[in-house]
Amino acid sequence: MDLYAFFFYFFAVLTVGSAFVVVFSRNIIYSAFALMFTFFGVAALYVLLYADFVAVTQLLVYVGGILVLIIFGVMLTTKVFSVEMKTGTLNLLPATLFTAIIAGMLIFVFSATDWNVVPDQEWDTTVYGIGALLVNEFILPMQVAGVLLLVAMIGAVMMAARDWTKLKSK
Amino acid sequence: MLESYYPIFLMLGIAVLFSVVMLKASTLFGPKRPTDEKYTTYESGMEPVGQARDRFSVKFYMVGVLFILFDIELVFLFPYAVNFYELGLFGFVVIWIFLAIQLIGFIYEWKKGALEWD
Repeated sequence: MDLYAFFFYFFAVLTVGSAFVVVFSRNIIYSAFALMFTFFGVAALYVLLYADFVAVTQLLVYVGGILVLIIFGVMLTTKVFSVEMKTGTLNLLPATLFTAIIAGMLIFVFSATDWNVVPDQEWDTTVYGIGALLVNEFILPMQVAGVLLLVAMIGAVMMAARDWTKLKSK
Repeated sequence: MLESYYPIFLMLGIAVLFSVVMLKASTLFGPKRPTDEKYTTYESGMEPVGQARDRFSVKFYMVGVLFILFDIELVFLFPYAVNFYELGLFGFVVIWIFLAIQLIGFIYEWKKGALEWD
């Protein structure tokens, strides 16, 4: 087993293992923190897929941003530590059938696909190329994305300001 | 390709090793003469005012929401920033137009009082 395979399996186990903790933990705080390892593992898998910019975005946005929001959201709930998690099994027969059909389809597709394996190529970081394209060929899409961000920002301010005035009047 | 990531792996390894070794070493070799005072949350520090397992103010969440948007803005700035010398004045102007759009949002946030804590 070469080093690449070692890193892949290490991060794959980290991702799947922490995802199991997220789903099966009885403590919602533990779930939220285990999600950090899931996001981080996914970022590492992106790196192994030569998608370093996506990996950086994953770290910046998901680990640095979304996760903080999720943890704050968890901390807003009334009973953080004694929350009753309803994880009972419902609709056993149809659920089993559907899962079996989907699993069968996935396995069929996986085995029937002619996987196009490209030999390992000379690789360079993609960040420089993306930066150059953003300010040359794709100026308009970037500015449109900027306007979209502005709209989201104004929307967030509207929500935030409304909540605060409500809190003040109480 | 993995070679360029060796420093990160090395840093991760050292971070994990360091914390495990330090914690283990202090429990193994440290003298244990506990008093009530030593068991407080911040020994020689602030007195805790209540349980940590409490609800947090919704304001934290709102600040978090505002932060995410600037976080995403950073995703656009980062690929430009790594090679801004090569992109020259033109790239600089383009990125400033992008930043100006964000600045409108920031000033709006500011003037609306969304950044005020109380």
